[in-house]
Amino acid sequence: MKVLIVDDSGLVRRLMRKMISDLGHEPLEAIHGKDALKQLEAHPDIGLMMLDWNMPEMNGVELLDAIKLRWDPVKRPTIIMVTTENQMEKIVQALAKGANEYIMKPFTREILIEKLSILGITNGCN
Amino acid sequence: MVTQETLNFLFSLLHKESGLALDDSKTYLIETRLDPIARQEGFPSINDLGRHMKQHPSQPLRQKVIDAMMTNETSFFRDVKPFELLKGVVIPDLLKANEKGRRIRIWTAGCSTGQEPYTISMLLCEMGPALRQWDIGILATDIADGALARAKAGIYSQYEVQRGLPVTYLTRFFNQRKTEWEIKQEVKRLVEFRRLNLLSGFSHLGIFDVIFCRNVLIYFDADTKVRIMEQFADILSSGGVFFLGGAETPFGITGKFTRIETEKGVCYKKNTIPMQP
Repeated sequence: MKVLIVDDSGLVRRLMRKMISDLGHEPLEAIHGKDALKQLEAHPDIGLMMLDWNMPEMNGVELLDAIKLRWDPVKRPTIIMVTTENQMEKIVQALAKGANEYIMKPFTREILIEKLSILGITNGCN
Repeated sequence: MVTQETLNFLFSLLHKESGLALDDSKTYLIETRLDPIARQEGFPSINDLGRHMKQHPSQPLRQKVIDAMMTNETSFFRDVKPFELLKGVVIPDLLKANEKGRRIRIWTAGCSTGQEPYTISMLLCEMGPALRQWDIGILATDIADGALARAKAGIYSQYEVQRGLPVTYLTRFFNQRKTEWEIKQEVKRLVEFRRLNLLSGFSHLGIFDVIFCRNVLIYFDADTKVRIMEQFADILSSGGVFFLGGAETPFGITGKFTRIETEKGVCYKKNTIPMQP
């Protein structure tokens, strides 16, 4: 599965890229929300997006709004917020705007695997 | 390096007090679980801790050691399938079977820090109206005092509430306390926590419709497993369901259970006619 990692931190993208490819999926990267929109248009087969909250240009929830406006809910990728924002109100807000799951940083490989499993996403094949 | 003398002392103590059957191949378990206790209690090594316990068989230290060895890894919705089976099949079946008495009793044996009974409770809370006017009780027991205290408090770290727990359950059934998360009262109120050593017998607990005992008996010796599993069968209601860990089976141990395989997972029911183990 193509997985779009949206995070302005190069270090985080690198770590998540490794985790995603270790699980047999194909990682793609975007450095902020606007960049993610371009990637989503270029790769309509992206199945999962892992989305940071605080980023320049367009942040995570702004991207959620943009996706809600532009994409048919059935056709849009599954979205996991992956962020340091760990307040209940923020989680509720992101879910209301269309995120399917929520990971609070820092997180481990086990947490990622279990969250993917909750979403029915199994390991891909290398 | 833990000496053979210390290992033998600890193996024998753990077997006698908790039924845990360890051998030299499990030395790493002793090292990883007891090293923090030794340091916390001011002993330079596990050997010194063992020597002290031999000379001063004081209960608190002994209990701490047992706690550390018996506290099993757990998480919310661990292995997922048993909970899908519980919610999708077992509870609906019990709602029909127990219609008259309107009572369901569930036991999680070896509940560790409480994630398993609270998962069950959240599922039941979610079923809401269907269970209104039903008397539902979840008994959760463990031998480890430390784990039980944490379970009763129902407060979990950010890491723990992310392990296996769908975020919608976090927002619905937890209150945030700074960086920690406390399970809500509506979930807590269905669960009663109690200290219980499975070796001491448990027929006094009464009859249960569902028993969870997952990954608890794995380190018990064969005789103890037989004794405990047969007691589970004795206190399971006639239509009751028994859940074991994914890698565990009653076969070869007791003939008192039948394996029930569904698309949602595996559980065991009590045989009406006992079979060969």
